[in-house]
Amino acid sequence: MSPLGATELVDEFFIENRTRLLEIAAFLDRLDRVEGGARDFRMRAFDEALKILSGPSKNRVNEIQMLLSDPVTKPLEELDRKSALGAYDHWRREVTS
Amino acid sequence: MKYIDHHAHMVSRTTDDYQQMALTGCVAVTEPAFWPGWDRSGPESVEDYFRQLTGFEPRRAAQYGIQHYTWLAMNPKEADDRELSREVLKRIPKFLDSPTVLGIGEIGLNRVTRNEIETYREQVELAIEYGQLILIHTPHLEDKYKGTWISVDVLRGYPEIEPGRVLVDHAEEHTIEMILADGYWAGLTLYPQTKISPQRAVDIIERYGPDRICVAGACDWGPSEPVAVPKFALEMRRRGHSEALIQKVIFENPVLFLSQSPRFKIKPGANELVPAAVI
Repeated sequence: MSPLGATELVDEFFIENRTRLLEIAAFLDRLDRVEGGARDFRMRAFDEALKILSGPSKNRVNEIQMLLSDPVTKPLEELDRKSALGAYDHWRREVTS
Repeated sequence: MKYIDHHAHMVSRTTDDYQQMALTGCVAVTEPAFWPGWDRSGPESVEDYFRQLTGFEPRRAAQYGIQHYTWLAMNPKEADDRELSREVLKRIPKFLDSPTVLGIGEIGLNRVTRNEIETYREQVELAIEYGQLILIHTPHLEDKYKGTWISVDVLRGYPEIEPGRVLVDHAEEHTIEMILADGYWAGLTLYPQTKISPQRAVDIIERYGPDRICVAGACDWGPSEPVAVPKFALEMRRRGHSEALIQKVIFENPVLFLSQSPRFKIKPGANELVPAAVI
């Protein structure tokens, strides 16, 4: 548990989290200004994550981690690329399964 | 304050970084064998890297009073290459008697392919055969949950492994429980973007307690922080935690885990400077 109470946590950490909130807002506005086509699965996941953020859950970070994760425990048959992309395409899985 | 960074790819860092680490209280680093950001041309190149890790790097760290230990492995980013992996694994045993080698690591999965899993199994078996500690890399971003789940599941097939001699690294909120539940140590690697922040690492300490958890910077050739551990300590202080708890997480815990290798010994006065002439 945190030794700090709610008021102390807000006093100490509000400003830096206000900054993070505005960064996300600015990123979404920036996308809206240039948007030409459909958003890909990463931004679909991002939009879903924003719903979790504003919802009543008390376990938001775990829920967002799992939203962004490959939930399947089956290995890839062959290497497709070296690096991860940051979000799992749950929607493609729904279509192909 | 003194601390140990159990996961730092110092071959990718400058001596200025050693200086910053020393100035902030670092007394020892352990460096897992990893990918340089590009694929090596063959096993000879990897063997040269092992020579760098076991010979040159400890001397470079000693200039700043930092003890340097290492782990040897075929790294997960190249582990899908079975031919290269087999050749590298043949070359590891001759380095295991080096005085600064703590175990086999970082082994594990990247994109979680069948080839990577096969290489991972062979490295687990190498560690068992030679009685070595194990350091496990878990994949990044969307592959972390799946890769951690399979890494832990594979270990269950080796009942001879003592879980307390294994550290599963790069844990995050959605993987920490499965690591701790099976008795392994968990590593929280403090990274600007793709791993865990100091703030979230403190959350994990607050939720799960400090036992069997270590923190590290995992600094390497990409955007990363050689002084991430002191930033974690600062965040712990901002959150009102005691100096005793901070010391447990950043010094006593890594000593407890790493001292299971008879080679790991923190020297008294470890952060005193030695002459540059040792290089």
